[in-house]
Amino acid sequence: MSAPSSQTTDHSLDSFGDATASATRVTPGNALRPEDIALQDTAPATEAIAQYALRLGDDALVYSQRMAHWVSRAPELEEDIALGNITLDQLGHARSFLTYAGKKWDKTEDDLAYWREEEEFTSVHLVEQPNGDFAETIVRALFLGIYQHMVYTRLLESSDETLSAIAAKALKEVDYHLEHAELWTLRLGSGTEESARRMRRALEKLWPYVDELFQDEPLHDELEGIAPRPSTLREEWTARLTEILERAELSVPEVPFAMAYGRRGEHSEHLGYILAEMQVLARKHPGATW
Amino acid sequence: MAEQTTSGGHLSAVLSPEDEAGQQRFDAIIEQDSRIEPRDWMPEAYRKSLTRQMSQHAHSEIIGMQPEANWITRAPSLKRKSILIAKVQDEAGHGLYLYSSTETLGTDRDTLNDQLMSGRAKYSSIFNYPARTWADMGAIGWLVDGAAIANQVPLCRASYGPYGRAMVRICKEESFHQRQGFEILLELANGTEAQKKMAQDAIDRFYAPALMMFGPSDNDSPNSKQSMAWNVKRFSNDDLRQRFVGMIAEQVKVLGLTLPDPELRYDEETGQWIHMELDWDEFNRVIKGGGPCNSQRMARRREAHEEGAWVREAASAYARKQQMKEQVA
Amino acid sequence: MTMSNTSNNGSSAGWPLWEVFVRSSRGLSHVHAGSLHAPDAEMAVRNARDLYTRRNEGVSLWVVRSEDILTSDPDAKDAMFESPKGKDYRHATYYTKSEGVKHL
Repeated sequence: MSAPSSQTTDHSLDSFGDATASATRVTPGNALRPEDIALQDTAPATEAIAQYALRLGDDALVYSQRMAHWVSRAPELEEDIALGNITLDQLGHARSFLTYAGKKWDKTEDDLAYWREEEEFTSVHLVEQPNGDFAETIVRALFLGIYQHMVYTRLLESSDETLSAIAAKALKEVDYHLEHAELWTLRLGSGTEESARRMRRALEKLWPYVDELFQDEPLHDELEGIAPRPSTLREEWTARLTEILERAELSVPEVPFAMAYGRRGEHSEHLGYILAEMQVLARKHPGATW
Repeated sequence: MAEQTTSGGHLSAVLSPEDEAGQQRFDAIIEQDSRIEPRDWMPEAYRKSLTRQMSQHAHSEIIGMQPEANWITRAPSLKRKSILIAKVQDEAGHGLYLYSSTETLGTDRDTLNDQLMSGRAKYSSIFNYPARTWADMGAIGWLVDGAAIANQVPLCRASYGPYGRAMVRICKEESFHQRQGFEILLELANGTEAQKKMAQDAIDRFYAPALMMFGPSDNDSPNSKQSMAWNVKRFSNDDLRQRFVGMIAEQVKVLGLTLPDPELRYDEETGQWIHMELDWDEFNRVIKGGGPCNSQRMARRREAHEEGAWVREAASAYARKQQMKEQVA
Repeated sequence: MTMSNTSNNGSSAGWPLWEVFVRSSRGLSHVHAGSLHAPDAEMAVRNARDLYTRRNEGVSLWVVRSEDILTSDPDAKDAMFESPKGKDYRHATYYTKSEGVKHL
């Protein structure tokens, strides 16, 4: 799949003489963008593929919406930029998956993001949880990072070319998100007593929503060779998580799993508020373009 | 690079021979319109004035994130949401470039941050106005960033090397900020009646505060003259302001909207743009903390910093432990 | 030479200052881009990536603690850089008689 994004260099400010001797050289770079997917002829071959893309898109969208709240509130300015990057990357993944899914139903990314009702969303409860403190944000990032990393890695081999292309782009970025979460897990887990206490509390708070990530749906029966069954990811996910937590002097908490069925539209109490905020302006102006 | 302030702050009436030689070298560099670099000798007043100007600039970038960050979660399309996140993130980046440059003058970031949070340091007063509607994202990009760029482009040649270099980076990145703002307004102006009204309303509210971003008239701006003599400032406040107003007077026609200024005209005789009288009483009131959002902006900045304390400490503690482990090994 | 006497004065709960160098593309040197604060080297590289390469500005990064950089003494600048001056025979342009001889 080609990605025809234009390669340009900004020379417009080169007239500043010696001051341009900075390390700046600006290019957009080549990568698959949601706009490229929108222009492609190929729509998902089956309803199941579209539904699957919708799930990945909804998770990334709601997660990004949550993470956006950190912008201008991070523990340090450098971290503000790091969290902003993750927010932006996840939104990009959401847009690609939603654009692709929408082609099955003649809907755009915005139709799906702004004009579906709560019960039509398919996000998992984990991404809907409030950011909490920085420890909770990092624990969720770690859970989700390992998960997305595994899903996208498996999707590289998908017989659906678009899914695999989106995953290839997303994987490189999620790789960074996961590393970011891992670095912070180590620092907070083995940092101070206070940070370790907060990490333990965050693990206990979020662990209940882990189980939902690995629940198979009837949908997955139709995705042989196209997408991994969530249940097949569980063992490796747990092993990877445990290994990181051990290095951070933390452990998997002993708390029961929650009954969570976001995939079939039964959401946490939080999603309504998230959507109300996300959709309010678009819905005030039906038919408008922005 | 953050390098220690050179001596020279002693309150002796007579300059030491070193200082005298330093002053001569400094004057020669300014005379040649060359650049002062961090470890060069410089007059204390130059160091102080630049520290104040650059840190105010940095604070403005950081506080300036807030009005726009407020709209990220409500952006009306996913594309606009992406653009807005990227823009606000850039502002954090610009704040950091500027803090980084300011630190080379010998004041560290914590001190600068304290000055901001204790209210001793100022930031651009425009960020104390609320961003009420989506159209404000357009007006902020077009008018506020536009005014900022008009101010900043000449600063790319500021005599202090690190400042000029930071400004080059910032100006390059901000060209997208102004354009995205203009395009938000363009889209609204060509949209529904309600959208068009929203766009005009935003322009009406941001026009005067944007013009005041250039600062009071030079006659009332005591620092201007010295700053120009040091080759930091290249043009007067009024000159930059009238040039900016000339640019937006043309641009607003493309939008099919109007500027809320009945007195705006080009004066053929002087070759200057004439605009309405600005309300400097309001400007001063906002600067002193009485704007609609001063309290809110400061509270949010403090909260982020205070709530981040345990995180910063944990990372430091971890780094110390790792260092000790390495030493043992 | 004197040590660049950088102090961090407990910045950001002791997060020290790091200088960042960016290689903008293969075949070019790393160039100083600016500085940032980070608790340790690993985080400094990541922060540098986020801060100084948001627009594909680089293919490689260096970070180094600011306090580990040794700077030549600016006050001794005249003496320090005096020696090369006047030694024009180090430059090809000094040799005018061979001008016009091909491939020389």
